[in-house]
Amino acid sequence: MSPAGRSRRVASRDRPPYALVPLAVLAVAFLVVPFVALLQRAPWSDLGRLLGRPLVTDALRLSLVSATAAAGVALVLGVPLAWVLARARFPGRSLLRALVTLPMVLPPVVGGAALLLAFGRRGLVGGPVYDATGLLLPFSTWGVIVANSFVALPFLVITVEAGLRSVDRRYEDAAATLGADRWTVLRRVTLPMVAPSILAGTLLAWARALGEFGATVTFAGNLQGRTQTMPLAVFLARESDRGAAIALSLVLIAVSLAVLVPLRDRWLTA
Amino acid sequence: MSPDVPGPAGRPEAASPAVTPRVADGPGPAGRPVLRAALGVRLGALDLDLALEVADGEVVAVLGPNGAGKTTALRAIAGLQPLDRGRIELDGCVLDDPDAGIFVPTHERPVGVVFQDYLLFPRLDALDNVAFGLRARGRPKAEARRRAAEWLERLGLGDHLHARPAALSGGQSQRVALARALATDPRLLLLDEPLAALDARARIQIRAELRRHLASFPGARLLVTHDPLDALVLADRLVVVDGGRVTQAGPPAEVARRPRTRYVADLVGVNLVHGTGGGDHTVATEGGVRLTVAEPVSARDVAVAIRPRAVALHPDEPHGSPRNAWEATVGEIEPDRDRVRVRLDGPLPVAAEITPAAMAELRLAPGVRVWASVKAVDLDVYPR
Repeated sequence: MSPAGRSRRVASRDRPPYALVPLAVLAVAFLVVPFVALLQRAPWSDLGRLLGRPLVTDALRLSLVSATAAAGVALVLGVPLAWVLARARFPGRSLLRALVTLPMVLPPVVGGAALLLAFGRRGLVGGPVYDATGLLLPFSTWGVIVANSFVALPFLVITVEAGLRSVDRRYEDAAATLGADRWTVLRRVTLPMVAPSILAGTLLAWARALGEFGATVTFAGNLQGRTQTMPLAVFLARESDRGAAIALSLVLIAVSLAVLVPLRDRWLTA
Repeated sequence: MSPDVPGPAGRPEAASPAVTPRVADGPGPAGRPVLRAALGVRLGALDLDLALEVADGEVVAVLGPNGAGKTTALRAIAGLQPLDRGRIELDGCVLDDPDAGIFVPTHERPVGVVFQDYLLFPRLDALDNVAFGLRARGRPKAEARRRAAEWLERLGLGDHLHARPAALSGGQSQRVALARALATDPRLLLLDEPLAALDARARIQIRAELRRHLASFPGARLLVTHDPLDALVLADRLVVVDGGRVTQAGPPAEVARRPRTRYVADLVGVNLVHGTGGGDHTVATEGGVRLTVAEPVSARDVAVAIRPRAVALHPDEPHGSPRNAWEATVGEIEPDRDRVRVRLDGPLPVAAEITPAAMAELRLAPGVRVWASVKAVDLDVYPR
């Protein structure tokens, strides 16, 4: 078949059935119109001044710090957990997998309340720790990081677990025949092969932590400069200080898009 | 460097009763056995019960159809598949013996493996692929790379040290895989279908190359393949397996000339007929045809090998020179390079290979009745 004929054939296969088009357009409109409205009401001339205010800069700094820390926690704890879920065989694995993904479907407020009962001053773990050391997580920046990690961890775990499952394990066999023990196989073969999944999972966890609201406000409260992240600041300012709220929203949108555009591309081509 | 053979030294003569060695022919001319294995593995539908020996300097090919257990046998020797029964011994050290509770893990076995699709690490260049084993065994990076470069140059890949596997041809990938497996100085080299990943044209050249490279490696070599040509070209000794069992073993020429099972006969393209020796110069075949042969037949149960080209076809009953002749019905007809392969149904189900001209002259078509004949000197008779 000639190249031209071939490309025509592919093109016709890629053309959607007509009935789908209006619905797809509607879906795009539904997703995009709110952002257009936000942009239309944005105080463009005032933006520089608004973004320079302490309310905004404090929230921005705190959000970036806590989301990055949470992504780090998810990375350190999530990769080993993903390995266990993907590779180890033990009774109750399906239950464990369900438990691990629970924070993804649970309302974050419930997560925050549960965190409070676990790590609060009178909490299951928090109580003894406070009595022994005087350390208190809630209503501190550490609390924000804990809340963010709680909601972000599952995103990394399921992404890396899927990556590990798709690894061709014969490469690990090959490494073993070359004299690599299990630790060397993990370090030099398995991890490099799942590196794209680890990167995608970390970015997803970071993006999820950046937008965290419910668990944070419940567990860590809303103290400017200490626990007031950008989503909290937007919520607080939406009535009293609409300009600042919109400016903060724009920053969140810009940051999220910057993360999602390369991420979606990687997923679609993977 | 010679990697240590770890693990407790085995009890050399503690024979395992579960698997009985059934290799008819001992190790070839090379002498002292390096590998002595009695492999018993149950895996799904496969029930592997295989005895293998490979001597120093010997190339042994395990030949069999898909699902015969060839790859499982290889994986067991490499330590990627623990034995259920039996025992694997390399240079007198036990690597696996379930009865004695001994299992040496893969990374501690002095065994190199070339995998079917080579499995070169895609993110490492050729040099680092070959250096991997030396690095994993604790050699400094610079030394590992220097030795890897030497290996690649020895295999003619000096210009491709920094090529990623994706940029290498099938034959080059195979040589990198070979260099990678040999760089750690294994006592035993295992090759799993070493030519299966190549296209037909590359295969002929690379088969010859591989033969040369295998000859230059001094240790014991064991390869598995489903391709009889690979086995015949590459090996000093063949072990034919089917359904997890050895069906025949011996030098390639011997196996090809005197196949013991129909599977081997089909592989090497020879007709195999079973029959009973009459104590004189005749063999009564299962189908009722009495064949006259050149030498007196002493054994009772015999096999007769008939090369398809030795079978002549005639429109009428042949007369004259002493021949074995019988009437047959033409079955399938298929072209085979410059010849035509004609299946004959009837008392002696064999295939004949004739020229297209002869086929046209005889007006052959499925269902046509013909006379077939074979000269007595073209029949190879041997005990079953």
